[in-house]
Amino acid sequence: MSAAAFTGTSVMDIDAAKVRGAGSNVHFDKVSVAYGAHVVLHPLTLDIAPGEILAMIGPSGSGKTTALRAVAGFVRPASGRIRIGATDVTDLPPYERGLGMVVQNYALFPHMRVEDNVAFGLRAQGADKALIGERIKDALATVGMSAYARRYPRELSGGQQQRVAIARALAVRPRVLLLDEPLSALDAQIRRNMVEEIARLHRSLPGLTILYVTHDQTEALTLADKIAIMRDGRVCSHGPTTELYRRPPNRFTAEFLGRANLLPVTIAEAVGSKGFATARHGDVTLTGAGRDEKAGDKSLLCIRPQHLSLTADSEHTNRIVGTLREVHWQGELTHLVLDVDGTPVRVSATRLPIALPEPGTKVPLFFAPADTSLLPEDAGV
Amino acid sequence: MLVWSRSGRLVLWVLFALIFGVLFLAPLAVILLSSLADQWNGVLPNGLTTEHYTDVISGSAGRAVKASLITGFLASALALVSGTWAALSLRLQGPALKRLLGLLFFIPSAVPSVSVGLGLLVAFSHPPLLLNGTVAIVMIAHFVLISAFTFGNVSAGLARLSPDFEQVASSLGARPAYRLWHVTLPLLAPYLVAAFGLSFALSMGELGATVMVYPPGWVTLPVSIFSLTDRGDIFAGAALTMILVVATLVLLLGLERITKRATGS
Repeated sequence: MSAAAFTGTSVMDIDAAKVRGAGSNVHFDKVSVAYGAHVVLHPLTLDIAPGEILAMIGPSGSGKTTALRAVAGFVRPASGRIRIGATDVTDLPPYERGLGMVVQNYALFPHMRVEDNVAFGLRAQGADKALIGERIKDALATVGMSAYARRYPRELSGGQQQRVAIARALAVRPRVLLLDEPLSALDAQIRRNMVEEIARLHRSLPGLTILYVTHDQTEALTLADKIAIMRDGRVCSHGPTTELYRRPPNRFTAEFLGRANLLPVTIAEAVGSKGFATARHGDVTLTGAGRDEKAGDKSLLCIRPQHLSLTADSEHTNRIVGTLREVHWQGELTHLVLDVDGTPVRVSATRLPIALPEPGTKVPLFFAPADTSLLPEDAGV
Repeated sequence: MLVWSRSGRLVLWVLFALIFGVLFLAPLAVILLSSLADQWNGVLPNGLTTEHYTDVISGSAGRAVKASLITGFLASALALVSGTWAALSLRLQGPALKRLLGLLFFIPSAVPSVSVGLGLLVAFSHPPLLLNGTVAIVMIAHFVLISAFTFGNVSAGLARLSPDFEQVASSLGARPAYRLWHVTLPLLAPYLVAAFGLSFALSMGELGATVMVYPPGWVTLPVSIFSLTDRGDIFAGAALTMILVVATLVLLLGLERITKRATGS
């Protein structure tokens, strides 16, 4: 089977209705995890609302998987409490937490058929046969795998195994679904499709709370209602996905979540009533969206590569000039790398002038103040 | 392929055939021929006969096969249970304790089997543990000698088992016993079968400790073979050896079939 969409059948609607409202909030209350003297998760306080997808992203060793494993009950917090709904689960064993979990390699039980994998949790919990049969049917229909119930995992492709792993987790009607880098074992094309399918799945199961751990910003941006960016065992930013992308609070967030050009500027005029400040970059005066910047503050002006244009228009009132260094054509996108007073600036364009300037020539770049964000230069967390 | 040239591969095959033929096949072939030899005065037997097989089967061979099979089965089963239990338990311990206890488990395999037999004989010859002259002491001797191998095999299997399987099972609501029975043990099945097979093969061939402790009514195949050859009855000893080899092979092949069916490979 190709990586087609999870089916939008009536069975799925019935299933969605049953799951809707079943989600619980997750509350980390100053949760820390340490292995001996080595602290891998510094006190973390965070809420995931019922029905919300929170993506935890960050580089390897940033503590994101540790946080997920603490919710699952596989690592014991050194301090703090974890609540799922009204229940303090900190001291509960994993099998009493009411969760569903999908891991990177799916961990489908190879000696069980697909239907037995999906039924596993229900059988373990002593559910009656009729209910198990109904749930197997619903869960497999939800992920479009009904036709594969009698197969063994080894007879399925990676994408299909991933769907079965999700079906297995959904069949127990979890309070929270934990997804630990569930797509990282898939190749790029299938991964893109699966991200869209998980998004569709969540739209059909809006009550389901999901904690999604990944190092892939595209997965996080596509799926998450909110994102927590982890670094060195700490949350360095947390907020609604679009807000975090458009107005990153610090350099690490700006650079980790999408690509960012960060121009060093000095604030010339503090943020006004419309939320914009004027700033100087060398001899050039620029306008950028700010927070509480004051005149004289050192700051960074964040501009996403796709917001830079080679042509001016009425909105693109900011203008900088750079020396073209490199051109990388990637089919639907062309990436230009310019040098603006020693700062490398990347432009991603879908349409370019027919005659591209030669490397080494001066090129003007235009951008709109509304597409920028000022962030403090010293907030390098 | 490591060797690309045709002549190089030929040399390697000849070398392999020589080593395998001289070290493995030749002794077995000699035993097979001895078991069928009427008389053997030259390079090859003077004539062939099945008389030695008839003799040993009508004599004590049946009882020896039975004693060996029962001893092998029970000792291997016991070693499998305790070795698996130990491997599962040690997995949860810290690395230092794990290393120490793992090492202790292997000590009996580093001691000569005769010394193990002697130790058991001395230890269990006085009340309250008076096992001298019983079948139980034979079982214990075999169990002590083979348990390290079951432990080693199961530990190797556990080390290769991704913790994800058990963790996902737990997150889905499986309690430890349910998880062990439905996830861990089935996934370990190939290692458990291999451990049992190895233990059984070792037990079937065990002599050193058994000659020290066996009671008169429980003479295993190796002890019978040793007695026959010690008396100079080489051909009967060879016939009994072939019976031992066939019995062990049949069981190991049966176990391999079970493993293949269980794992679907």
